[in-house]
Amino acid sequence: MKPLINSLPETVFTTKVDDILNWGRASSQWYMLFGLACCAIELMQTGGPRADLDRFGAVPRATPRQSDLMIVAGTLTYKMAKRTKLLYDQMPDPKYVISMGSCANCGGLFQLAYSVCKGVDKIVPVDVYVPGCPPRPEALTEGLLRIQDKMMRERWLVKPSHPVEEAAGA
Amino acid sequence: MEAKDIYAALEKQFPGKVSEFKGEVLEPYLSVDGASIVEICRYLRDSAGLNFAVLSDLTALDWPKEEKIQVVYHLFSYSHNHQIVLKVDLPRANPKIATVEGVWKVANWFEREVYDLFGVIFEGHSDLRRIMLPEDWVGYPLRKDYVEEEEYDGISTQRAPLVEKLLR
Repeated sequence: MKPLINSLPETVFTTKVDDILNWGRASSQWYMLFGLACCAIELMQTGGPRADLDRFGAVPRATPRQSDLMIVAGTLTYKMAKRTKLLYDQMPDPKYVISMGSCANCGGLFQLAYSVCKGVDKIVPVDVYVPGCPPRPEALTEGLLRIQDKMMRERWLVKPSHPVEEAAGA
Repeated sequence: MEAKDIYAALEKQFPGKVSEFKGEVLEPYLSVDGASIVEICRYLRDSAGLNFAVLSDLTALDWPKEEKIQVVYHLFSYSHNHQIVLKVDLPRANPKIATVEGVWKVANWFEREVYDLFGVIFEGHSDLRRIMLPEDWVGYPLRKDYVEEEEYDGISTQRAPLVEKLLR
């Protein structure tokens, strides 16, 4: 029998289920609007026509229930931290978090203040930290591409007994 | 009206209740007896020639060495374009003063803010709750002796030292 592979090059191609699942997910990351401070301006700029996150299939959603990605952009206060946790818990799995800017990473300029949470990683797991105060749209785009890389390495059909080791620098 | 004239008018109306006038500063101020703050404010607002229609700001200062908390009222009059600052000294251990919400409605939120951050009790206030910090917050953070709690609602407030974080 003729091998199936390359027998119908224009209509059939073979791939792994995980790969096509990941490709679909990585190419349609709907991120939740989560602007908390001045970083939100850069977040809007990144979504705007010049940097255009839409190129990568990333569009903003106004509700956590339709979001795959949370971009925490700005200074997180303790009062907001509790709401952030609640919103994160409302997002369906698989979900990812980008911590955007110094304030979200570690409290930044305001980390000595009584009311500012010392990093969003104190309350939710963070996948990518984007440094900057605020980061330029290019930096946030890079962060989104790193999330895409991470998504492409996920395995759904066969779960490894231990988590896949993340490549250094990701 | 000049600031010293405002002071003279107050001294005439409330002898012994106002003191420590300082006029040679950008914003002239005077000290007021806390017990009569409401009547003084009402007089400043209503009497012809003064007409302080606006409470621009109400804030406080903490003086731990002098054992006092100072509540500060910034008043402004649009009709006469003059201003004055009133200061009231309260004991730090038990800072209590009557609300001026009945004189200027805007005092409601100002006084809630001062209560939130300094712990000053405004007696007679219609809704004395924290305005900015979460309701379950412990302590008054703008007091000089405020110490941050180890954690807030299960969220750690500790920061890793920067170098340690880099080495990890």
